[in-house]
Amino acid sequence: MRLVTAIIKPFTLDLVRGALNQTGVHGMTVTEVSGFGRQKGHTEIYRGAEYDVSFSPKLRIEIVVDDADAEAVVHTIATAARTGSIGDGKIWVTRIEALLRVRTGERDGDAV
Amino acid sequence: MHIDTGDTCWVLISAALVLFMTPGLAFFYGGMVRSKHVLGMLAQNFAVIAVVSIVWLLIAYTVAFGHQNSLIGDLHFAGFAHPREPVPGLNLTVPPLAFAAFQMMFAVITAALLTGAGADRMRFGGFLVFAALWALIVYAPLAHWVFSPTGWLAHQGLLDFAGGTVVEINAGASALALVLVLGNRRGWPQEAMAPHSLPLTLLGAGILWFGWFGFNAGSALASGDLSAQALIGTHLAGCGGLLGWILFEKKVTGHATTLGAASGAVAGLVAITPAAGFVNSLGAVVIGFLGGVAGLYAVRLKFRLRYDDSLDVVAVHGIGGVVGTLAVGIFATRTVNPVGRGLIDGGGVTLLGKQALGVVVAATFAFTATWLVAQAVQRTIGLRVTPDVELQGLDMAIHAETAYEHGGFGATTRNA
Repeated sequence: MRLVTAIIKPFTLDLVRGALNQTGVHGMTVTEVSGFGRQKGHTEIYRGAEYDVSFSPKLRIEIVVDDADAEAVVHTIATAARTGSIGDGKIWVTRIEALLRVRTGERDGDAV
Repeated sequence: MHIDTGDTCWVLISAALVLFMTPGLAFFYGGMVRSKHVLGMLAQNFAVIAVVSIVWLLIAYTVAFGHQNSLIGDLHFAGFAHPREPVPGLNLTVPPLAFAAFQMMFAVITAALLTGAGADRMRFGGFLVFAALWALIVYAPLAHWVFSPTGWLAHQGLLDFAGGTVVEINAGASALALVLVLGNRRGWPQEAMAPHSLPLTLLGAGILWFGWFGFNAGSALASGDLSAQALIGTHLAGCGGLLGWILFEKKVTGHATTLGAASGAVAGLVAITPAAGFVNSLGAVVIGFLGGVAGLYAVRLKFRLRYDDSLDVVAVHGIGGVVGTLAVGIFATRTVNPVGRGLIDGGGVTLLGKQALGVVVAATFAFTATWLVAQAVQRTIGLRVTPDVELQGLDMAIHAETAYEHGGFGATTRNA
C-alpha cells in the first residue's frame, strides 16, 4: 500500500476530485495548509504599504492506494492540478506499513 | 426666540446621523485591525459614546458653550441646566437642547477617532478614563474657541464650518501625542499587521459617508440653501477624495485597492468638513481630491518617522483637516456664504492667514494638552496593556470573547 500526498492549488480541487473519481479512487482526505516553495508567497498592499506574505494557502490531499495503482493516481492528480504557472504544488508517494478500516476491522489490502 | 420646525427637524436628524458615525467608525477601524483585536476596537468605540455623552451633559458642554469668556465657558449649562436658554451669541431657530445634542455627537466621534491611533494596545478602562478627561480638557476648550461665537479663534476670523480644526486637526494632533505616549505596537513595523476584514472597513466607510451629511449639512444649524450646499459639497468631496486616492495609488503601487477607496472617501470628507458651508460644488470636488491625494502620501510618513499611528488618524484626519482648513482661505466665496471671501473670490490672503493661525493653534494645543492627559492616565491607572494581553489579543484577554467563533475542535462546556 502507498500513501499518495499531493499539495495543490485550492481552486483545482474539484478538477482533481473529478479526475480521481474516474480512475476509481474511493476516498481522500483534504486539509487546508499553508506553505511556500518556488512561488515564495505573495505581496499584499494596504494603504500603500506592501506586505510580503510568505506562506500561500494550499490544499493537501492524502489518498491510500494499492501499490499497483500509485503511479496512475499520481499521474491523474498531476494532470488535473497542473495550470503551468508557478505554485502548482508537489506530489509524493510513501510506503505504508499497516492499514485498518475502523468499522469492519479489515486490514491492509482489504482496507484500501 | 423663534423656533422654526423645519430647522429643528433637520438639526435633530443630523444629531442622529452624527451619532451613527461612531459605530460606523468602529467598523471602519475594526476591519483594519487583526481579528484578535476587533472586539477591543468595537468595544472602545461603542463605550466611548456613553462616556463622552455623559461627560458632555455634566460639564463639557458648558465649558464649550457656556457664558461670555473667550477662553472657556462658565458652569451656567452644567448638567444641561437652563435648557431653554440659548447659547450666548448664537441666534438659532432651533431649541438649545437640539444644538446641545448635535454638538454632543461631535464630541463623541472626535474622541472615538483616537481609538485608531492607539489600536491593539490600549486598556479598555484606561482608554475610557482618558476619553472622558480628553473630552473635557482638550475637546471642550477648542470647541469653545472655534464654535462658540464668544471664542477667541472665532473672533480672529477663523472659519471652520463643521470642525476642520475642532474635530479633524484636533484628532490628528491628539492621535500623534497619544501614539508617542503609548509607544508602537509590539513588532511594528517589521511584522505585517494586515487588516482582517476589508468588507467591514468598507461598510464602516459607507456609514461614515452617510453620517457626514448630518455632520456638515447639519452644521448649517438650519434647513435651507446653506445646508443644501453643504450636503452636496460634502458628497462631492467624498467622491473627489475616493478618486484622488486610488488614481495616485494606482500610479504609485500599481493597484487601486478597496482600502484605498474607503480611505480616500474619508479623507475627502475630512477635507471638506471646515469648508462645506463656504465653498461651491466645484471647489468641494477639488478640496476632496486634494484631501485624498494628501492622505495617500501622508500615510507613508509614519514608516519614515517610525511612529505607529496604527490606522492613520494623523494622515487622514490631521493632514486632511489641514488641507481643508487652509482651502477655505482659497476657495471660500461670498456667493455661498457672505462671511467667507477667499483668494479666488478676490479676498487676497487675509483669510488664508487666519486659517493658518487656526491650524497652528489647534494642532499645538491639541498635541500638548493630549500629551499631558495621556501621560497622566498612563502614569496613574495605566493606558497601555501588558505585552501578554497585546500578544493574546484584546478580545480574549480583556473582554473574554472572540469575534469569530468557527466551532472547531474541543467542546465548550457551560460553566454553571
